[in-house]
Amino acid sequence: MLYAIKIAVRYLTANKAQTSLLVFGVAVGVFIFIFMSALIGGLAEFIMARTAGDLSHVTIEAESQDPPLLIPSPAETILLVQQKDSTRTAQLSTIDAFIPIMEALPGVLATSQQITGGGFLKHGALARQVSVTGLEPDKVSAIVNLKSYLIEGSAELGTGTILIGKTLAEDMSFRLGQTVRLQADTGIDASLIVSGIFETGSGGYDRRQAYISLATARTLFAMPQGVSKVEIKLTDLYDAAATAARIEAVTGLPATPWTENAAQLLDALKAQGQTGLLLKTFALVTIIIGVASALLLSTYRRRPEIGIMRAMGTPRSFVIFVFVSQGAIIGLVGGLLGAAIGYLVLLMFPTREEFRPGNLPIDITQGAYGIAILLTTIGAIAASILPARSASRVDPVTAIGQ
Amino acid sequence: MNHSLVDVRELYKSFGHGEAKTQVLKNLDLTLQTGELSALLGPSGSGKSTLLTILGTLMQPTSGSYSMLGTDLTTASDHELTTFRNLHIGFVFQFHNLLPDFTALENVIFPTAVREGRERPSAVTRGRELLTRMGLANRIDFPSTKLSGGQKQRVAVARALMNKPELVLADEPTGNLDKESANQVMELIGQINRDEGTTFLISTHDESIATRCRRQIRVDEGRVTG
Repeated sequence: MLYAIKIAVRYLTANKAQTSLLVFGVAVGVFIFIFMSALIGGLAEFIMARTAGDLSHVTIEAESQDPPLLIPSPAETILLVQQKDSTRTAQLSTIDAFIPIMEALPGVLATSQQITGGGFLKHGALARQVSVTGLEPDKVSAIVNLKSYLIEGSAELGTGTILIGKTLAEDMSFRLGQTVRLQADTGIDASLIVSGIFETGSGGYDRRQAYISLATARTLFAMPQGVSKVEIKLTDLYDAAATAARIEAVTGLPATPWTENAAQLLDALKAQGQTGLLLKTFALVTIIIGVASALLLSTYRRRPEIGIMRAMGTPRSFVIFVFVSQGAIIGLVGGLLGAAIGYLVLLMFPTREEFRPGNLPIDITQGAYGIAILLTTIGAIAASILPARSASRVDPVTAIGQ
Repeated sequence: MNHSLVDVRELYKSFGHGEAKTQVLKNLDLTLQTGELSALLGPSGSGKSTLLTILGTLMQPTSGSYSMLGTDLTTASDHELTTFRNLHIGFVFQFHNLLPDFTALENVIFPTAVREGRERPSAVTRGRELLTRMGLANRIDFPSTKLSGGQKQRVAVARALMNKPELVLADEPTGNLDKESANQVMELIGQINRDEGTTFLISTHDESIATRCRRQIRVDEGRVTG
C-alpha cells in the first residue's frame, strides 16, 4: 500500500494552502487538548496539595468518654445537667506501642503524634485565642509542610519556642525572637520565644494556629503521657479509606480517612475533571468534523480523477486507503505540530516547583501529549472513513462524464 | 489465426423505469477478433458510448451475455470486474482524463503501480519506453497539466497500453484534437495494433478516422447495422 500512501501525500501536497490550513486547524485542536490537560491536571494537583496535601490522610483520635455517674440510682430517674469540660482532652495513652506497626504498613509515609488544645496568646493588654498543636520536633513538617510556608525564622521546634501565623503576628505585633505568653485552657501558662512565622495563605489558619513542641504541650495541657491524636500521611492520598480500615484492623484504634470529611472537595475535583474531559472531547470532535468536511470536499473535487482510477482497474479498497491515509497523515502531522506548540507554550508557565499563588497552576508534565497525538490520529482516521467510503462508491461512468 | 476476443449476444440496456424508460441497446450482437482495428460509427444517441461502457465493464447490461477471453463478464462481481479491467482492458477517453497532480510518466505507470502496490523499476522502464514511442521522450517528467492537448492524448494512449491489454476502447480519442495531433494519435494506434496485435475499438463520428480502421461497425438505434 506504499503506492496508496504516495498518492495520499501527492493529493495533500497538491494544495499546500488548504492542507496547511487543515493541519493548523487540527494542531489548534490538539493544542487546546494539551493545554486543558495541563491546566486541569495542574489545578487538581494544586488543589489537592493545598487541601488534602496538607491534611492528615488518616487520623487516629481518642474517643471522648462521658464522665461516670457518681450517684447510681437504678430505681429512680435522675436529671443530671452537666457542662462539657472543654479543658478535658481525650488521650491515646498506649499509642507508642502502635506507632512502629503503623509506620510499617504499606503506603504510610509518616506519622505524627500530636497534643492539641486551646489557649490564649497574650501581649500586654492584647489577647488572642489560638489553637495549639504540640508536635514532635523531628516531625514538624510531616503533615503540614510548615517549612514550605515559613516566611521568617526556622521551622525547628525546641522547648520554649513557638511557631505562629503571619496574620496573628501582625495582629499582636509579634516579631521573630520575641517572647510571648501562652496560656493554655488548662490554666497553665508559659513564656515562649517566637522562632518562626509562617504564611499558608489560609486566613483562619494564619490567624489562629500556633505550633509548639510536644514536650511543651505536655506541660501546658497537663498530659505527661499519651497524645491527643496521631496524624498519618500516605504516599497515595486516595488510598486513605483502605489504609484506615487496615489500621483499625491491626490496632483496634478508631482511624478516620480524610475522605470521610471531604466529600465536597472530592465532588469538586470530580466535576472539574469531567469539565476538562468535556472540553477535550469538544476539541476532538472539532478536529473530526474539520477533517471529515475537508476530505469530503476533496472527495467531491476529485470525483473525475477517482472515476478515471476506477476505470483503470483501481479497487475500491485502494481508493478507501488513499483517503484514510490522508486522514491519518493530517491527524499525525497536526497532532505532532499541536503537541509541539502546546509544549512550547506550556514552557512559558512556571513549573510546579516554581508555582506561586496568583499564577495559573499549569503542570507541563500533565499535557497528555502522547494521548493527544494518538487520539487525534485515530479521530482523523475515523473522520476520513465517511469521505473514503463515499470516494470508493464513485460511479466511474458518471464521474468521467463530469 | 484470429481468435474471438469479445463475444456479445442479445445485449439489451435500458435506463429509467416506466414511462421514463429508455431502451438504448436492443438485441445487440457483436464479435471482435484478436488484433482487430475497428471503428464504431453511429449518430449521437445510437448507443455507441453505452456499448463501449459495457464492453469496458464499467456498466452491466440489462440482459444478454458478454464474454471476453472466454470469461462471462455479466455475472462477475465488482472486484472481479475491476481486476479484469486492470489486466485486459485499456481506455482512451475524448478528454485525455489524466491525473492532474501526476507527471506524464506517473500517469502512464498508474495502472501497473495500482496493481502491484508500488512503482517497480520494471514498470518505470516500460512507462519510459511507451512515452518515448509516443514521441514524448522529452516530456516524461513533465506535470501532465503542462502538456499540450495532443501530448496529453498520447500520454493517455500510453497509459491504456501500460498493462499490455488485449482490448483498448477509445471513445472519440481524436475528438478534441487538431488535425495534426489527431493524425499522430491515429498513426500511433495503427502502429501498436500492427506491432503488438492489440485490439482497438474506436468510437468516432469522423469518417476519415473510421476509414483508417480495417473494420467499421455501425450502430443505429441500439443495434449493430453493419
